[in-house]
Amino acid sequence: MDVAPRPPDRGALGRALSALVPAVPFLWLAFFFLVPFAIVFKIALSEPATAQPPYRPVFDLSQGFEGLREAFSQLSFYNFTLLLEDSLYFSSFISSLRIAAVSTVLLLAIGFPIAYAMAKAPERWRPTLLMLVILPFWTSFLIRVYAWIGILKPEGLLSALLINLGLISEPLQIMNTDTAVFIGIVYSYLPFMVLPLYATLEKFDYTLLEAAEDLGCPPWRAFWRITVPLAMPGVLAGCLLCFIPVVGEFVIPDLLGGSETLMIGRTLWSEFFSNRDWPLASAVAVVLLVLLVGPIVAYRDIEARRWEKAQ
Amino acid sequence: MSMAVDGRRRGSLAIGAVRRDFAPWADPGAIPLIRFEQVTKRYGEVTAVDNLSLDIYEREFFCLLGPSGCGKTTLMRMLAGFEAASEGRIVLAGQDLSGVPPYRRPVNMMFQSYALFPHMSVERNIAFGLEQDRLPKAEIADRVVEMLRLVQLEPFARRRPSQLSGGQRQRVALARALAKRPKVLLLDEPLGALDKKLREETQFELMDLQVKLGMTFLVVTHDQEEAMTMADRIAVMDHGRIVQVATPGEIYEQPASRYVAEFIGDVNILEGKVIAAGEGRCTLAVADAPEPVSVAGVAEPLSPGREVALALRPEKLVLTQEEPPPHTPNVFAGTIWDIGYLGDWTIYLVRLASGKTLRVSRANVTRFVERPLSWDDKVFVHFAPEAGVVLTR
Repeated sequence: MDVAPRPPDRGALGRALSALVPAVPFLWLAFFFLVPFAIVFKIALSEPATAQPPYRPVFDLSQGFEGLREAFSQLSFYNFTLLLEDSLYFSSFISSLRIAAVSTVLLLAIGFPIAYAMAKAPERWRPTLLMLVILPFWTSFLIRVYAWIGILKPEGLLSALLINLGLISEPLQIMNTDTAVFIGIVYSYLPFMVLPLYATLEKFDYTLLEAAEDLGCPPWRAFWRITVPLAMPGVLAGCLLCFIPVVGEFVIPDLLGGSETLMIGRTLWSEFFSNRDWPLASAVAVVLLVLLVGPIVAYRDIEARRWEKAQ
Repeated sequence: MSMAVDGRRRGSLAIGAVRRDFAPWADPGAIPLIRFEQVTKRYGEVTAVDNLSLDIYEREFFCLLGPSGCGKTTLMRMLAGFEAASEGRIVLAGQDLSGVPPYRRPVNMMFQSYALFPHMSVERNIAFGLEQDRLPKAEIADRVVEMLRLVQLEPFARRRPSQLSGGQRQRVALARALAKRPKVLLLDEPLGALDKKLREETQFELMDLQVKLGMTFLVVTHDQEEAMTMADRIAVMDHGRIVQVATPGEIYEQPASRYVAEFIGDVNILEGKVIAAGEGRCTLAVADAPEPVSVAGVAEPLSPGREVALALRPEKLVLTQEEPPPHTPNVFAGTIWDIGYLGDWTIYLVRLASGKTLRVSRANVTRFVERPLSWDDKVFVHFAPEAGVVLTR
C-alpha cells in the first residue's frame, strides 16, 4: 500500500509557534485598531462633562457589576443624532469630500504625466527621478506646509516674483482660500499619486502601443484605449492613497485655508480642543472612519473581481 | 515560363524546391511592391542598416535572415514606420513612405512578443484594427469570425490572451495582423517562442496561408531552417548589409560568399589556389589534398594563381571503406575521428593526413548496415566536380 509521506513532525511547540505566525497581524490589528476604535466609539456614546476625563459615564470596575451596568445604561446615540441635526457637520463632511475629490482629480492630472515620463525615461535615470519624488519626505511635512505660507502670502515669494515679472500689479490674494488648500494638498500628496502610478507604468509593455499604432490607432487614441485601462490598478491605488487621507486632512486647511474652508478634520479638532466636547468629536471620528472604509471595501472588491477574471 | 526568366534553373538543371511560374524577381518588367532605395539607419555612431537596396515583389514570401544585430529587425521596423531612415527612402506600391506615421501605413506586423492586448478578449483583439478604420459593426463581426475560422480559434473567441497557450496566442497575433488585409504582412521572429514540433507545423501553415490569401509576407528570422522552409527568397544580412538575395536553393547550393556558406547549413571550407580555369571548370591546388582538385559549375571567371575557398556540403561528400576505383576525381584518405548518430542522418568527422577534419553526413536509408563504420576506421572521401563551390569572397 502506498503511504503518502507525512510532513516532518515538528512537535507540539513547533506547531504552536507556526499557528502563532498568522496570529501576529491579527493581534496587531486587535490592539492597535479594534481596541482604540472601541474606546473612541464608547466615548462617542457618552456625554460631555466638566471633569477629568471630560465625559460621562466612566467605566469604574471598583463599583462591581452593578456599577458597570449603570454606566452602560447611560450610553446613548445622542451625539450621532446631533451630527444629523446640526448642518455644520453635514456641510463639513460634504466640503471635505468635495475638496478631497477635486484634489484627487488634480493629483491624477498632474501625477500621471510625471509617472509616465519617469517610466519612459532612460533606465539609468529612473532611480534618480524616483529619489527626487521621495526627497521631500526628508523634511518635516509641517515645515513644508509652513514654507507654502511664505510663498503664497500677499507679500510672499510668488507675488513678488509675478510683480517683478510684470505679470500682475496687485499682490495675489490666494493665501487663506480654497486655492491655497488645493495647492498645499496637491504639493503634499503628489508622491502618493506618482509612486503607485509609476510602479504600474514601469511594468507596462510599450510594444502594445506600437501594436495599436500598427493596427491604425493614432497615439492619442492608443493612450485612452491601451495605456489608461492597463494603468487602472495604479490609478485606483494612487487615488485611494490620496483621497482617504485628504478627507481627514487637518494641517493643510488649518494653515493655508481661510475661515470659510470647511473640512471635517478642522471641525473635529475644534470640537476636541476648543469645545472640549470629546463625545461629539469621537462621533465625528467614527462617522469619518465608516465613510472612508466604504471606498476601501469597494476597491478591494474590484481588485478581487479583477483577480478572479484573470484566473 | 522560359528558362531565361527562371533564376533557379541552370541549363536543364534546377536547384531547391521550385514554386512553378512564380519568379517575379527574374522578370525585368515586374514592378516591385516594396523598394528599399539606398536606405541607411544610424543610431549615433552605430550604423544598423548600411546603404541597403532591396526589391520585394507582390505575393512573395520574403525572409530577412541574419544573426542578431545584423539590422534585419531595424529594416522591418523602418517599413512598419517605427523607425525613420537616416538616408534613402522606402517605397510601397509606388508611395514614398517617408513621413507616413505607422498608423497610416498599409502594412501590419506580427510582433515577436505577439503584443496582444491583455485587457481585451481574443475577438476584441482581432477587431481592434478594424474598429480603427470605423468599419460598420456587422462587417467587423463578420471579419472577426472569418479570421477566427482561418486560425481555428472559434471556441476561444471570448478568452483573454492570458488564458491561451503559446501556440494559440501566436494564432491570435496572426489573425489580428491579417484582419485588416494589409498589402504586406510583417512577421518578426514569428515562430521564435514556439517549441520545435509546433514550429515545424506552423511553418507549413504559414506557407499555406500566404498562398491562400495571395498576400506578401516579410519575415525576419535568425533561424535558417525557418527561412529555408518558408521563403520564396531569402536576403542574408550581415552588419547592416545584404550579402546575398536568392532563393533558398541558390543560397544553399550557390552561396555568394564564405559568410553565407557558413551561416546556412554545415559546410567544409578548404583553402586553395587556382591552377587552371575555363568554361565553368577549374583545377585547384588544395593544401589538404595530395592531388589537384577539379571543380565544375564555376560561376565566375578565375585566373590561375588566385587564392580561393572551396565549399563542400557534408551530404555531397561520399564516404567509402574501399578505395574508390582509379581515375575517381577528388579522393581524400583519412580516418574516422568521430561519429554523431542523429537517427535520420549520421555525421562522420574524418581526419585527413593534413590534420584537417572533414564533416561528412550520410542518410540512414536502411535500418541495418552490413559493415558499420567505427572510430579509427580507415576511409576514403570523394566528391563529384559539381559538388564543390568555389568562393572568391
